[in-house]
Amino acid sequence: MTDTSMNDLMKAKMIGRSEIEDLIIVPLFAIVAALILGALTMLATNVDLATIGLSYVALLKGSVGSLSAISETLTAAAPLILAGLGLALGFRAGLFNIGAEGQVLMGGMAAVITGFTFTDLPAAILMPMSLLAGALVGALYASIAGWLRVATGAHEVISTIMLNLIAYRLLDYMLRLPFIQKEGRADPISKSVPDAAELPRLLAFIDPNLRVHAGIFLVLVAVAVVYWLLFRSKLGFEFRASGENPQAARYAGMRSGLIIVLAMASAGALAGLAGANQVLGVLGRATPGFSAGIGFDAIAVALLGRSHPIGVLFAGLLFGALEAGGRQMQVDAGVSIDLIGIIQALIIVFIAAPLLVRAVFPWGFRKGSRQTEGGQ
Amino acid sequence: MDIELRGITKRFGPVTANEDVNLSIRSGEVLGLLGENGAGKSTLMNVLCGLYSPTDGEILIDGVPATFDGPGDAIRAGIGMVHQHFMLVPVFTVTENVVLGVERTGRFDHLDLATARAQVHAINDQYGLHVDPDALVENLPVGVQQRVEIIKVLFRSADVLILDEPTAVLTPQEVDDFFQIIKALRDAGKALVFITHKLNEILEIADRISVIRNGRIVGEGLPKDLTRPQLAEMMVGRPVSFDVVKKPFAPGGTLLETRDLTVLRDTDEIAIDHLNLTVRSGEIVGIAGVQGNGQSALIEVLTGLRRATEGQVMFDGQDITRTSVRERHRLGIAHIPEDRQTVGLIKNFTVAENMVLDTYYDARFSRGPRVDWAQVNKVSAGFVRDFDIRTPSVFQAAGHLSGGNQQKLVVARELSRETKLLIAGQPTRGLDVGSIEYIHKRLIAARDEGDGVLIVSSELDEIMALSDRILVMFKGRIVAEYDANAGPVDKSAIGLAMAGAAA
Ligand SMILES: Nc1ncnc2c1ncn2[C@@H]1O[C@H](COP(=O)(O)OP(=O)(O)OP(=O)(O)O)[C@@H](O)[C@H]1O
Ligand SMILES: [Mg+2]
Repeated sequence: MTDTSMNDLMKAKMIGRSEIEDLIIVPLFAIVAALILGALTMLATNVDLATIGLSYVALLKGSVGSLSAISETLTAAAPLILAGLGLALGFRAGLFNIGAEGQVLMGGMAAVITGFTFTDLPAAILMPMSLLAGALVGALYASIAGWLRVATGAHEVISTIMLNLIAYRLLDYMLRLPFIQKEGRADPISKSVPDAAELPRLLAFIDPNLRVHAGIFLVLVAVAVVYWLLFRSKLGFEFRASGENPQAARYAGMRSGLIIVLAMASAGALAGLAGANQVLGVLGRATPGFSAGIGFDAIAVALLGRSHPIGVLFAGLLFGALEAGGRQMQVDAGVSIDLIGIIQALIIVFIAAPLLVRAVFPWGFRKGSRQTEGGQ
Repeated sequence: MDIELRGITKRFGPVTANEDVNLSIRSGEVLGLLGENGAGKSTLMNVLCGLYSPTDGEILIDGVPATFDGPGDAIRAGIGMVHQHFMLVPVFTVTENVVLGVERTGRFDHLDLATARAQVHAINDQYGLHVDPDALVENLPVGVQQRVEIIKVLFRSADVLILDEPTAVLTPQEVDDFFQIIKALRDAGKALVFITHKLNEILEIADRISVIRNGRIVGEGLPKDLTRPQLAEMMVGRPVSFDVVKKPFAPGGTLLETRDLTVLRDTDEIAIDHLNLTVRSGEIVGIAGVQGNGQSALIEVLTGLRRATEGQVMFDGQDITRTSVRERHRLGIAHIPEDRQTVGLIKNFTVAENMVLDTYYDARFSRGPRVDWAQVNKVSAGFVRDFDIRTPSVFQAAGHLSGGNQQKLVVARELSRETKLLIAGQPTRGLDVGSIEYIHKRLIAARDEGDGVLIVSSELDEIMALSDRILVMFKGRIVAEYDANAGPVDKSAIGLAMAGAAA
C-alpha cells in the first residue's frame, strides 16, 4: 500500500445524508410538528385562529424580534446550556443524572453565600470566587451520588432524585438561618450579593433593562471546555469508553469507580455554575426554588442536543427562545405560558421518536434510510 | 422451499459489500458459503433474512419475488438466521430468549412459558443440544449460547436456516454433534446455508459450495471436485500455506508462574482449582480443553480482570496477584480477549479510537491531559495497512467492520504494543485462512523475539500447530502436559485428556 492510500485511510468521513437527517432534519421537523400540535391544542381549547396566529407571531417577536428579545433569550438560555452540558457529560459516561436541579440549587446557594460574605473583595476576585464556589459545591453535591453508586451500587437515578428533594428542603432551611436570611425579613430570602460579585450586564449602556450578562461568555467557554474534555482529553476518552461499553473499559484498564465519581463531579460542577450564573447574573440573591426547574429542562436540552456540546448549545438557545417568546405570547395574546411547556415537551417526544417524525413527514427523508444498519 | 437471489447489490455509503450476487438455495441441501473476512457473506445473509434491504436485486421464494420489511417478514416466510454475533438477552433464561418475539400467551395474556419450556426440551432431545432451558444466558459459556441461538431458529420452525459461522465457537466434538443436527435438518427437507472459514468443515458437510470475494461470487462447485488448497486460493486470490514455520525452540527464564491459584466464578463455584503453570519467555504454551473448564477465568485472573481467592501470580519475578489491569499492561502483558465484541472493542468507537483503547495514555499518543489524535490516526492507519484490516478509513465505526476484521483490529492493537507476555483467547476465531496464516506468523514472531505466549483455544489443530508445550485443562486443573518439541503429540490422547480421562 502506498502513502496515498494511507492518506485515504485518514480522510475523515464526509457527513452522509443519514447523519444530516439525524442531526438537522429530525429536530427541525420535531419543532414544526410540536408547534402544529400546540396550535391544535389551542384550537381544542376554544382559542380562535386569529389569536393563535397572533401568539405565534408573539413567540417569534419575543424571542428574536428585538434587541431586548434577544437579550431575554440569551439570559434564559445560559443556565440551561450550562446545566445541559453537565448532563450531556454524564450521559456520555453512561450516567443518567437526574440531579442537576439539586446541584443548581446547592451551587447557587454557595455562590450567594460567598458573594455576601466577602463583601470587601474587589470584583475581579469576588465574582470569579463566587462562581468557583458554585461549581465546587455543585461538584461535591453530585459526587455524593457518584460515590454511592461506586461504593454501594445505588443507582444514580434514584439517589439523584432523592438528593434533589434534600436540596429543596435544605435550601428552605438555610434561607431562614440568621447569617443567611436578609435582615429584617420574616420570609425565607437570602441577603443580596454585592455588585462586585455580580456578573456584569453587558448592554446596560444601551438600556439598563437589557438583562443579558457576562454569563454568556461563561457559556461559550464551557461549551469549548466540555468539547475539549469529551473529544480531546484522556479523561473524556475514558468517560466515553465507560459509557459506551463498561466491560471494554475495564478490559482496557480504566478505573470505572473513579471515572463514575469524576464524571458526576464534572456534571455537578457545570450544574453548580448554572446556579451561580442565575444568582450572580439575574436574581442577585437566593429564594426558595430559585432554580425554577432549570435542572429538569436541562435534561431535555441535553437529550435534544444529542449529548454533544454544540448540540446542547443550540438546544439551549432554542429553549431559551421558547421561554422568552412564551412570556411575550402571554402578554400579547393572553395565551398561558403553560402552552410553551407543552410545546417544549412535544419537541422532546418527537426527537425521541424519530420514526414518528419520519412517518409524519415522509417527504423529508430518503426512502429506506430508516433501517438500522449497525452491526451484523 | 427454494430461494433464488438475483443480482443482489448492497452498499453502505461508499462501501460496496455485495455486488450483483446470484445464488440459489434449495431445500434438502446444504450450501456452503466461503469467503475472506469482509467479503460480504454476513451482509448477503442479512439481506436474505430481512435485516438489510438490498440496494438492488431481488429475492425469489419458490419463484415468487419477495420483499422483506424486517426480520419478522423473513421469519414468517420461513427464513431464520443464526447470527455470527449472538443476539441474546443476557438476563433472560434460555426459554425466555427462545420465545422472545413469538411468545405464546394463554388466557388474560398470561405468558405460557411451560409449553415453550417443553418445546425447548423436545428440541434439546431431538438434536442432542444439552441446554438447560432455565439457565440464565449470561451465565452460559459462549459455546452454549451459540446452541441457544440455534434452538431459537428451530423453535420458529424455519424452512431455511442460515448459519453464520456457527462452528467458530464449538469444540471439535461439538462440531461433530452439530453436523449430525445439520444432516438431520437437511434430510427433513430444510434448506441450509452454512458459513465457515474452516475448509475441511465445508468439504465435509456442504452439498454445494459458493465462494465470495470482494462482494462477488468468484467460484462455485461441488465438494468432491475441490480441495482445500483450491478453495483457499479461490477465496484469497493467492496460494495459502497451511504450514507453520518456527525457529528452533530456545526458551529463556520463567516469565509467568501461578502458584496454587484458585479462582471462583461469579456464582462462587470453583473455576480454577489450585492451578500451577509456567510460561517461559520464547515459548508458546497452548491450553487445550473443552470450553467451560476454567479457561476464561484463567485468562481473567492473569490479566487482572478477576481476583484470585487463593494462590499467587508471578510475572517476571514480581508478585502481580493484586496488581491492576493497567499496571499489568504497563509491565508488558498483552491480552487478546476471547470475546472481541463485548470486551475487546467498542462498537460505536472508530477504528482509530479502538486502536488505542488501552494505550491512549501512553507517551506515544498523549500530551499531558490531551490525546494526540493526529498521531493516533496516523499510527492507526499504519496498523490498518500492516494487518490488512479491511476498512474504508480509520474513522469507520468498529461495529461496521466484518467480524474477522474486528478481530484483526484487536490483534493489531495488542501485538503492536511493547510486550513481554501475550495472553490470547481464541486468537483466530472467525478469521479466514489468509488471516489465520498471518496471525499465526505474528504470534510465532513474538515467540521468536523472546516473548512468552499463552494461547487458549478450543481449536485443537491450532494449539497443536503453534505450541511448544500443550497443557490440557479439565475442571479447573491441568490434567495433562505434552512437550511438542520432543516429538509428535498424539491428538487422540489430548482429546481423551480433554474429556477428563486422565483425571
Ligand atoms: N453497517 C455497515 N456499515 C458500513 N459498512 C459495513 C456495514 N456492515 C458491513 N460493512 C462492510 O461490508 C463489508 C462486508 O462485511 P461482512 O460483514 O458482510 O463480511 P463477512 O464476509 O461476513 O466477513 P467475516 O468473515 O469477517 O465475518 C465489509 O467491508 C464491512 O466493513
Ligand atoms: Mg461475517
